[in-house]
Amino acid sequence: MPAIEILGLTKDYAVGFWRKRMRRSLDNLSLEVNEGEIFGFLGPNGAGKTTCMKLLMGLIFPTAGTARILGRPIDDVAMHRDIGYLPEQPYFYDYLTARELLDYYARFSGFSAAERRARVTRVLERVGLASAADVQLRKFSKGMLQRAGIAQAIIHDPRIVFLDEPMSGLDPIGRREVRDIILDLKTQGRTVFFSTHILSDAEMLCDRVAVLHLGKLRGVGSPGKIVSVEVHAMEILFEPAEGHSLPPGLAQRAMPVGGRYRLELPEAALYSAFDEIRACNARILSVSPVRQTLEDYFLGLVERAPQATPPVEAGTR
Amino acid sequence: MSAMPRVVAINTFREAVRDRVLYNLVVFALLMIGAAILVGQISIGIERLVIVNLGLSAISIFGLVMAVFIGVGLVYKEIEKRTLYTLFSKPIRRWEFLVGKYAGLVLTLVINTVLMTIGLAAALLYIGRSFARADVSILIAVYFILLSLALVTAIALFFSCFSSPLLSTLFTLGIYVTGIFAADIRGFGALTSSAFLKGATSVVYYLVPNFRNFNSIAAAAHGESIPFSLVWQNTAYALIYIVLLLIASSAVFSRRNLK
Amino acid sequence: MTTPGQKRSLWLAAIGVPLLLASAFALQTRIDASTRTEARIRQELLLSSPAAIKKLSLGYDSLLADIYWTRAVQYYGGQLAAQRFQLPLLWPLLDITTTLDPKLVPAYHFGAIFLSEPLAGANRPDLAVQLVQRGVAANPTVWSLDGDLGFLYYWHFRDYQNAAAAYLAGSQTERAPAWMKIMAARLQQKNGSIQTSRMIWSQIYASNTNENIRQLALQNLRGLRAQEDEQAIDGLAEKYRQQFGRFPASTRELRDTGFIRGIPVDPAGYPYVLEPAGNTSLDPRSPVIIPKEPRTPPPPVK
Repeated sequence: MPAIEILGLTKDYAVGFWRKRMRRSLDNLSLEVNEGEIFGFLGPNGAGKTTCMKLLMGLIFPTAGTARILGRPIDDVAMHRDIGYLPEQPYFYDYLTARELLDYYARFSGFSAAERRARVTRVLERVGLASAADVQLRKFSKGMLQRAGIAQAIIHDPRIVFLDEPMSGLDPIGRREVRDIILDLKTQGRTVFFSTHILSDAEMLCDRVAVLHLGKLRGVGSPGKIVSVEVHAMEILFEPAEGHSLPPGLAQRAMPVGGRYRLELPEAALYSAFDEIRACNARILSVSPVRQTLEDYFLGLVERAPQATPPVEAGTR
Repeated sequence: MSAMPRVVAINTFREAVRDRVLYNLVVFALLMIGAAILVGQISIGIERLVIVNLGLSAISIFGLVMAVFIGVGLVYKEIEKRTLYTLFSKPIRRWEFLVGKYAGLVLTLVINTVLMTIGLAAALLYIGRSFARADVSILIAVYFILLSLALVTAIALFFSCFSSPLLSTLFTLGIYVTGIFAADIRGFGALTSSAFLKGATSVVYYLVPNFRNFNSIAAAAHGESIPFSLVWQNTAYALIYIVLLLIASSAVFSRRNLK
Repeated sequence: MTTPGQKRSLWLAAIGVPLLLASAFALQTRIDASTRTEARIRQELLLSSPAAIKKLSLGYDSLLADIYWTRAVQYYGGQLAAQRFQLPLLWPLLDITTTLDPKLVPAYHFGAIFLSEPLAGANRPDLAVQLVQRGVAANPTVWSLDGDLGFLYYWHFRDYQNAAAAYLAGSQTERAPAWMKIMAARLQQKNGSIQTSRMIWSQIYASNTNENIRQLALQNLRGLRAQEDEQAIDGLAEKYRQQFGRFPASTRELRDTGFIRGIPVDPAGYPYVLEPAGNTSLDPRSPVIIPKEPRTPPPPVK
């Protein structure tokens, strides 16, 4: 039995104040997520990822199609015992402290008071909020709210965790910690379904990804296969030695950036460039691949499939 | 009450407390103290009347303001701030949430009213009266006020499910005022010769909750006894409307796409 | 997409909601029955000082006046329908109404007739005069209020001087009808005839739209007509006596001897009764009421 089964989910929204027109935000999406895998839901902003999550959570109702989670229909509230959900940019009762908030959510799972206390302490520790446990949420930063959101999604040890943009609003350390949590969940045998518009997150974590663009599914599979990231070029940042000027060949190709130089070149030419730079006593600061952004990737996707233009206009109501 | 609504209700009460809603009690206390001292000074033989009238009216008005202004935000605020996203990912049904929210505000109103009633009793003691049997009617009047507040809360909750706080406030107060004047509206219809108006005003009379049923402040102030039959009739009457409104609310809210 | 659970709750609602509404209806009728009249009357006078109500109305005094005016009419109608002819609240209600909104002319008209009316009203002509005097002061251009005042002085007190003065004052306002001047002149000659009374009541009938007032005017007009008829029959009976040496035994005798052409009937269709002493009266079953002569107490000071 798949953990999540999506069958032709479609959602139209009415837009416009006076003359309502329908805008299709999710178009006939079908998808299966297996139990125990980390599944990445990829797409640029506005692709329909959040709409899909909200449909699965029963926050909004589909125009067409159905879905099953753990074999149960999505309007079966009892199934929610086994799932956790982190919404995009979560917001909580800001008059509560983090501890009270988590205790509140834990009550819906029917734990005893002692059990709740233990779980809250443990999960606060895990998301790195132990020191802020008794601070009211109105004093929380965006990153701290994100952590509190993750905490409430996993406090009851759900079998499936839905995370909508879990890395957003986090600093690099926070992102790393969230990655660790996700990988932890996998080792515990949980299913993680998370959405992101950041390619590297997906690459690093996912067993499989689905790519969504303008409400339509563009592909499902392992991240390497689906989002084959071509590294066009490498980038070297270097600093010339004091009093030395660059040889004209190098100066022509490199771009000065505040007393330093940036050189972009094909991967094959990397080592000869090293030699050139070393020859003039310059110091290499960094070498990194020039990557395609996801936006570039999607741009390419649309160009490759020009017939699949924006899926809209289900007509006027 | 089953577990889910109770959890929501307690949290709703906690929110009201943390938002310093109960500070209105300070104003009420000052009002009662001022009135007791002033009335004690002039002593014209109507001390009890004045204190009871003023106290019960204040209990009713303070409660009404709370019921309407918190009530219209009960659901709307949670939708707007998207606090419902995480809540509804827990095993709670939408109607359970509504019942919890409703019970939470009613709990707040009950506690607020009980505290105000204690203040009223203290003011009566201050002006030098021991309590008598006739004072039972004051308690019944307070109970009737609570019934009307519970009903107003249900109306506000209903509108809160689909409309903005400003409009909900207007609608709720509109129904409240209509409910107070329901008898006059019907009387007005009876004066006309149009059968349609007669019928329409009668329909309004029986459809809109008749808030005048719950007003026994004057009887309490004059120390008259209130028949027991009225107590159960009013209780049943309020409960019927509350149940109807909660059914309507959950019918609306359960179908609603959250923002 | 309906699950069995949804279907069940739909059915429950379809049966439960009408059931609940019906029981609310039943309860309301019971509550109405147990809290009727007494409680309601007391409630209406919770605040009986018009000045205090005006202060408490927070600027909505004209709206409040409309509410009190409606209540006054309802109160009158309610008492009448319940066959209760005591109207202790009519004066306070009208007093409050006109204090809240001194320009509410229909309230003065209503008060002029029903505060003063002895049978179907509060039988307080003094208060009626007080109310209408206030109305005249607040609405100097409304001639019909002067007419009301003149009516009160004439009908209830036979105070010709004040009545004439009131009609005269009314006749001088713009757009006053011509009959007001005629009325003033008649009253100056202390002409308290039935004809004068009929003229006044006809004008009251014609100038008011309130159904209660018109009913009363009609009733009085019938009564006055009957009074006229009686006087005429009395006269004929006297002529009969002069010719035959005795009073006629019945109106039939008057007809048979050619004094009248038919059997005279009152406005309700009942034949007049001729008593042996020669005076005419109404059939006891007739609903027609002949207005009583006023007691003529000292007229209220202006």
